[in-house]
Amino acid sequence: MTAETLPLKVPAAARSKEPSSLYRDAIRHLLQKRSAVIGMLILLALALVAIFAPAIAPYDPEQQLIGIEQGLKKRSPPCIHALGCSTEQPQHIFGVDANFRDFFSRVVYGSRLSLQVGFASVTFAIVVGTALGAVAGFVGGWLDNVIMRLMDVLLAFPALILAIAIVTMLGPGLINALIAIGIVTIPHYARVIRSSVLSVKEQDFILADRALGVPPARILLRDVLPNSITPLIVQGTLGIGTAIVEVAALSFLGLGAQPPTPEWGLMVSAERNQIFTAPFLVLIPGVAIALVVLGFNLLGDGLQDALNPRLNRR
Amino acid sequence: MLHFITRRIVLAVPVLIGILFVTFALARLIPGDPCRAVLGERATDEICDAFMERNGLNEPIPIQFGIYVRQIVVEQDLGTSFRFGRPVIDIIVERLPVTIELALAAMIFATILGILFGIISAYWHNSTIDVATMVGANIGVSMPVFVLGLLLQYVFALLLKDTLLQLPPSGRLTSGIGNPPFFQVWGWDVPEHTALFSIYSFIANLNYINALLTANWTAFGDAVNRRILPAIAVGTIPLAIIARITRSSLLEVLSLDYIRTARAKGLAEQGVVVVHGLSNAMLPVVTIVGLQLGALLSGAVLTETIFNLAGLGRTLFEAITARDYIIVQGFTLIVAVGFVVMNLIVDISYAFLDPRIRLS
Repeated sequence: MTAETLPLKVPAAARSKEPSSLYRDAIRHLLQKRSAVIGMLILLALALVAIFAPAIAPYDPEQQLIGIEQGLKKRSPPCIHALGCSTEQPQHIFGVDANFRDFFSRVVYGSRLSLQVGFASVTFAIVVGTALGAVAGFVGGWLDNVIMRLMDVLLAFPALILAIAIVTMLGPGLINALIAIGIVTIPHYARVIRSSVLSVKEQDFILADRALGVPPARILLRDVLPNSITPLIVQGTLGIGTAIVEVAALSFLGLGAQPPTPEWGLMVSAERNQIFTAPFLVLIPGVAIALVVLGFNLLGDGLQDALNPRLNRR
Repeated sequence: MLHFITRRIVLAVPVLIGILFVTFALARLIPGDPCRAVLGERATDEICDAFMERNGLNEPIPIQFGIYVRQIVVEQDLGTSFRFGRPVIDIIVERLPVTIELALAAMIFATILGILFGIISAYWHNSTIDVATMVGANIGVSMPVFVLGLLLQYVFALLLKDTLLQLPPSGRLTSGIGNPPFFQVWGWDVPEHTALFSIYSFIANLNYINALLTANWTAFGDAVNRRILPAIAVGTIPLAIIARITRSSLLEVLSLDYIRTARAKGLAEQGVVVVHGLSNAMLPVVTIVGLQLGALLSGAVLTETIFNLAGLGRTLFEAITARDYIIVQGFTLIVAVGFVVMNLIVDISYAFLDPRIRLS
């Protein structure tokens, strides 16, 4: 070992260390968390089912099989050939519903609606909520007061009851149901963004912007907002699960999706009086809703920990 | 402290005014003709004109709002339902107790079990029992209320039929089991249509309380029995949330220095966890318990539909679909005001528990 080479020796760990960022760290921590990985797997599986629904579903979800398949009884229980169901009967993995439709195909197509509804509703709430919360936090003063008191009023009503009233106002339907749920959840996003904007706008780089005379709208859009959205990622992920349940609840009450749409909440509602005679028609779509919500909840919780730089990790 | 409470109450006033406005607007914005919704499709124009006139629905909207506010604030009158032809307050006296009973039963179930599971989970942190509890909590929080309600009916009324665990699937009291109001049993002479009668009826409609007051044990047992499944259905999500909050809050507190000091002093382990740890970990739990009220009421709409209970949630839902403005207004007003008051109580109790809040 010569004296010249010595200063060049850098510890191996330091050499291979890549530049780290909040998001890179977050992804690493997320992948270390078992529950978050399970959540992602559930959602990945559901997304695949939704994307490839036409290939997976053996039948059209709205096709009535009466007269097409001989001897088909309505609400006949699941029949799987591989599990010993007689091959003389047509195979229906989840059975047949009251209108002679293949229930498996309906559940498969339902995943599309569920995911679409969840994303659409939360996107709507995030866009409106972010606009309101960011303006309230950034401008402050009376505008802040008016916007946030308005949000308090919205929060003073139990979510589902307010949503029922809004849907009745707009008219029943899946689109209106998701708008109603979107409106009801706006205050959550507005509050999160507002408090985030409040803390970011006091930081030195924003003060520097102001000193340089950057127009306020540009400060808000270019510098404040991009640095305030991290908490929204968590809130939004958890929110998709909630939105899916609530829209399903509206469909269950007859205010969301209308027959013959293969929507899970509507499917539970349509057969709910058969809970004692054909429980599979109620429980399968019910479990499907629970599963997708579970996926978003697990992922959301994982993100919450992963994106929190203060959290002590062990 | 007094200053803090006054400030909170003053802050709630604009929200209450907003609520008055929103309940009024909501009822008016629901499309459809209230006359034909109430009197049927074949009501003639003359009959409808008379109906609209009688119920003040022909006035311009701002005047209707003025009349509405005056009615509520000055006369303390919630109006008379078009559909039932009865004062809204009577309907509330009859149906609010059903929901209160359900919410209380659910909250007791959720709070006791939630805190217990939270403590167990935090104490045996990262053990199998902790993982199992948290997996259970995650599933519980993801289960839609209406699916859980139906699942419970299926399990307890069908699968467990003829076992000790069998529970009735729906209804409030088994037909044939009477629960006469306590004031009648006691032979009190209360004139009808008075405030006192309303208050007594309200108490009498709380099945448990009435059965206890009149020592009617059959009715009490039956009421409790029939409330178990709906209470579990409504209470499961709050239970899961309370368990998670208790766990994380207790974990945080147990890692603090004063807990180490308490242990170092040689105090008994239960004493450290319960007396030193839990009492300081309860703050977030109290908030969550209070805030779950809204979730309970939302859950009540679905649960009351499934379990066939004529409570606040179901009545409100039916009134909205039947365009019974007066009930919609009256009930949403009661719910929203109750919600604001509940939040106020949570804020104040929070300040009681944590001196930092009332002093800031």
